[in-house]
Amino acid sequence: MRTDLQILRLPEYPSVNACGIDCRQSARMVISNQKGLNHTMYAIKTDSLTKYYGTSRGITDISLTVSEGDFFGFIGPNGAGKSTTIRSLLGLIAPTSGSAELLGMDIRRQKNKILKETGYMPSEASFYRDMKVREVIRYSAALRGLDCQKEAARLIDRLELDPNKKIRELSLGNRKKVSIVCALQHHPRLLILDEPTSGLDPLMQREFFTLLNERNANGAAIFLSSHILSEIQRYCRHAAVIREGSILICDETKHLGHTRAKQITLFGVSAPPAIDGIKNLEPTEDGVKFLYSGDLQTLLHALSSMPVTDMNMTEPDMEDIFMHYYRSDDI
Amino acid sequence: MTILKHELKQGRNALIIWTAVIVSMLGICILIYPEMGSQMTELSGAFANMGGFSAAFGMDKINFGEFMGFFSVECGNILGLGGAFFAALLGISALSKEEKEHTAEFLFTHPLSRNKIVFQKGLSVLVQIIILNAMAIFICLLSAFLIGEKPDIRSLAMLFLAYLIMQIETAAICFGVSAWINGGGPGIGLGSAALFYFLNLVSNLTTHAEFLKFFTPFGYTDGADILINGSLRAEYTAVGLLFTAAGIASAFWKYQRKDIM
Repeated sequence: MRTDLQILRLPEYPSVNACGIDCRQSARMVISNQKGLNHTMYAIKTDSLTKYYGTSRGITDISLTVSEGDFFGFIGPNGAGKSTTIRSLLGLIAPTSGSAELLGMDIRRQKNKILKETGYMPSEASFYRDMKVREVIRYSAALRGLDCQKEAARLIDRLELDPNKKIRELSLGNRKKVSIVCALQHHPRLLILDEPTSGLDPLMQREFFTLLNERNANGAAIFLSSHILSEIQRYCRHAAVIREGSILICDETKHLGHTRAKQITLFGVSAPPAIDGIKNLEPTEDGVKFLYSGDLQTLLHALSSMPVTDMNMTEPDMEDIFMHYYRSDDI
Repeated sequence: MTILKHELKQGRNALIIWTAVIVSMLGICILIYPEMGSQMTELSGAFANMGGFSAAFGMDKINFGEFMGFFSVECGNILGLGGAFFAALLGISALSKEEKEHTAEFLFTHPLSRNKIVFQKGLSVLVQIIILNAMAIFICLLSAFLIGEKPDIRSLAMLFLAYLIMQIETAAICFGVSAWINGGGPGIGLGSAALFYFLNLVSNLTTHAEFLKFFTPFGYTDGADILINGSLRAEYTAVGLLFTAAGIASAFWKYQRKDIM
């Protein structure tokens, strides 16, 4: 059962905890506190964060770090534990064990200070149905003790949102826009976004990511949870994959799709060679396709005795690799 | 006090409707009293001799032909029961509605302590109950003035005080429950208020069930007791205040620990 994951995981892929350390090293920010001591500051740092709902698993031993100013992707299938991790970080649910810090502050003891500096977009953008858009946005600012009218107006304009509409009249996409304004209007240092683009049309998604990039360029750390791989691939510098409540891998995004496994397509045969290291076998119109992670010489030797008319050997695309992580029966 | 203002705004329509219905019924009831008064004197004996029914509504101990006797039973039922239903709905939905309507994630990810949120939501319940009762007092006094009645102010004040405390207790118990549930609030709230009311009716029927008065906020709103003694029954009121404190404490305690889903 473990074999597949090992096949797909590069030797240079560190284990989860080690990966956490790698991420820390790659974008470490050392600042000096008032006492003159060196102190590493992370936007997010979790240590064996675990949450059980009664006896059912939420998340188990989540250890990851997100540096200040990073654009971090958190990817996993539905029910993997993305929202549970986020809810724990924001103090909505109490972790069963483990600890976490956001912006250097403990999530249990300094929750309000953390929330002052954080913007959050929940996956479900639900607001008070009878309120107008502008009232919700103003209420959100008032709950922070701030007047953000100027920035709110700018965001409303960019997102083409009608502030006079009632929440109950809005589509999911427009409710998401309200959520974006509420999350961004106070210029938070950390943005936590739980599947933010669902419901947004492609043009608006592009505008949304432009906004995020601007905030990121101004120093805000972004933690983006998604099950849309292309989003993570395109915008995030680092990413972690979560499945069944545990982090499978965490690395720079560009490394995540890089594996020693090759995508092999054979033409003129109906079965692959009988050698080890073959996974994800699929028949094609006039041949077979599979992932191969074994020794290349062994493969070539086996193929030499087969009636292969043509072959392709490519890097597997990231989608294939992630599908591998997602499927529990493959691991 | 941002949440308090928000809650009052959110509850404004419901408050207007409940207040309008209750005070208009109170006003009508008082305004038709002069016509009913003479018949009531004759019927008073009959009302007092209907056995369990009379006892249940406290009509065996008071003079139905007098304005205060009539007021304590008729108006007491309107403000008592109507106010209790309204208070129960306010209390039960105060906290649970955020999760039921999926707005909890929005509210609880703002930099406010949970204690502050519970406090301001509890305060908004109290303010709405006070507004309803203030309007009820005003309409009752105005209606009494219009029909030329001069009610005994102390007895009237005690009756209104009893209804107010009863509504606060009902709301507080429901508020306490509200912290533990994620939905189904209105049913639980209305059911609790109705249960409290019927517990009081049963407790009036027989001395064997009198202990039930300790378990219902209606126990100290009995018009006959208040008119005869000139005050609320201290033992029932004291237990009621304990239930009130327990309800509020339950809300604060649970909400500190609750996983917001």
